Amino acid sequence: MMIKDLFSKRRKYASMPAEREQPKTMNEGVMTKCPKCKTIVYTKELMKHANVCMHCGHHMPMTPSERIDLILDTDSFRELHPHMVSADPLEFPEYKEKLEKDQKKTGHKEAVVTGEGTIGGTPVVLGVMDPAFRMGSMGSVVGEKITRAIERALDLHAPFILFSASGGARMQEGILSLMQMAKTSAALKKMDEAGLLFVSVMTHPTTGGVSASFASLGDYNFAEPEALIGFAGRRIIEQTIRQELPEDFQTSEFLLKHGQLDKVLHRQDMKNVLSAIVQMHT
Amino acid sequence: MENHLPFEKPIMELRNKIDELKSFTDEKDIDLSGEIEKLEQRLEQLEAEVYNNLKPWQRVQIARHPERPTTLDYIDSLFEQFIELHGDRLFGDDEAIVGGIAFFEGSPVTVIGHQRGRDTKENVRRNFGMPHPEGYRKALRLMKQAEKFNRPVICFVDTKGAYPGKAAEERGQSEAIARNLMEMAGLKVPVISVVIGEGGSGGGLALGVANHVHMFENSWYSTISPEGASSILWKDASYAREAAEAMRITAGDLKEFGVIDEIVREPRGGAHHDPKEQMAILRKTLQQSLKDLLVLTPNELIESRYEKFKQMGTFEESDF
Repeated sequence: MMIKDLFSKRRKYASMPAEREQPKTMNEGVMTKCPKCKTIVYTKELMKHANVCMHCGHHMPMTPSERIDLILDTDSFRELHPHMVSADPLEFPEYKEKLEKDQKKTGHKEAVVTGEGTIGGTPVVLGVMDPAFRMGSMGSVVGEKITRAIERALDLHAPFILFSASGGARMQEGILSLMQMAKTSAALKKMDEAGLLFVSVMTHPTTGGVSASFASLGDYNFAEPEALIGFAGRRIIEQTIRQELPEDFQTSEFLLKHGQLDKVLHRQDMKNVLSAIVQMHT
Repeated sequence: MENHLPFEKPIMELRNKIDELKSFTDEKDIDLSGEIEKLEQRLEQLEAEVYNNLKPWQRVQIARHPERPTTLDYIDSLFEQFIELHGDRLFGDDEAIVGGIAFFEGSPVTVIGHQRGRDTKENVRRNFGMPHPEGYRKALRLMKQAEKFNRPVICFVDTKGAYPGKAAEERGQSEAIARNLMEMAGLKVPVISVVIGEGGSGGGLALGVANHVHMFENSWYSTISPEGASSILWKDASYAREAAEAMRITAGDLKEFGVIDEIVREPRGGAHHDPKEQMAILRKTLQQSLKDLLVLTPNELIESRYEKFKQMGTFEESDF
């Protein structure tokens, strides 16, 4: 090693582009700029294409209601437990305020929307996580709503489909957030024993405690293109192993290559594939 | 105690002083017994004051003490004829988790636990007790085997967390942990988990979906390590002490939240102050747990385990 190497500038840790972290800015104006190819498109056109960039195919975030409209038969959705709200078990500084802020921002009470509906006429139970609400993190409410959705699917003998998007367990609810991983996974075991179908679709980002519980437990595990999916954060891994990680590390395509996914599903094929899978299991 | 913790310094100093006076008495033939007695009383007071009022961060330090008994120490003294079993049959053998079969009080059990090293060399071999996916998959293989042969599973939790590495991600760290959570929920045999040191997040929970979850008095169990929480909260890992308080990670906190069943008492100052006594205390806890669980049918075991985790969480429901 040369002595100058000791002083050479090392590349700083790579991080996700900031635009991807701010789904809120999406669809606000008349025009939207694709965070990947930087092309500016009409927001209305973009919405017609399910928020997929018409130029480069980049999948931009969707709100839960946009997702529900995309997947379920028109007007078939009936929401479950829309009013369940987080308590503040740790009396964590500013937690209540942050929750209220995100409730106003997103229009729903927590980071997951669950309910019943139909796909191609077949009843299903659906859950959609919202990364715009506290980064989609899982506290007691997210865990409980997903568990109840699974129990509802058990009662109805219906398939359960979940779109995950989460930064992981929610720190502000401490150990109770961690236990939601066990709770939801235990409920999925019941579904498994009952021979019922669970389809997990991972969207950007699905990490930490959500990736390490229900999101990885589908009978079929799918992901949208280029979603960030993983257990540990990239920065933590780089600090731990003291190596730079490949550009595509922890993307859907990376997981597919390493045998961790059944398929990477483009958003435009989503409904058709889910519909076909549901039909194959009725 | 060679390896004392920073907050134990006054105790050590006083103890050294007493030792000095004692040897002085022996050498010089001067009677200082009155003085010594006074100091010993003072020591007793001081110990009680420090050890009966441990702060969360002090407990974290005890949980990480290099001389604190590890999974293999408990296995060696509480179980007979332990046969260690290796490998996940898929990729390799992860020494950050040990497991095998043994007799406990004359009955066969499967015993599994995170294993940190007891010195640097062993720590390197065992990756500081931070498992890769193959560790979790080995654990699951052994649990399924226990189910087949209808013997209870006893798990010891002691990890900073699942290893955050490139290879771990490539081989499906998330899936390995998730699979354990799901499959443990369905085991037809009694499952007991004891947090003996560090209960680091999902990496700890992956051995923790049990009928009974017990936790040592000076252990911690949390969604995120105190250092991790500190980094997020204050953008600086050095506020771990404050984070340990804010995150409510001690056995007392978890008991209050309904996450654990029993707090396993430790000898004054922590398990490493008297490992022998610690073994005896843990033996009683395990005996009682097994006695309570062995009367349940497979279905009752699964249902009560489900209900146990189902009730965890706090939220409010309103009609509007």
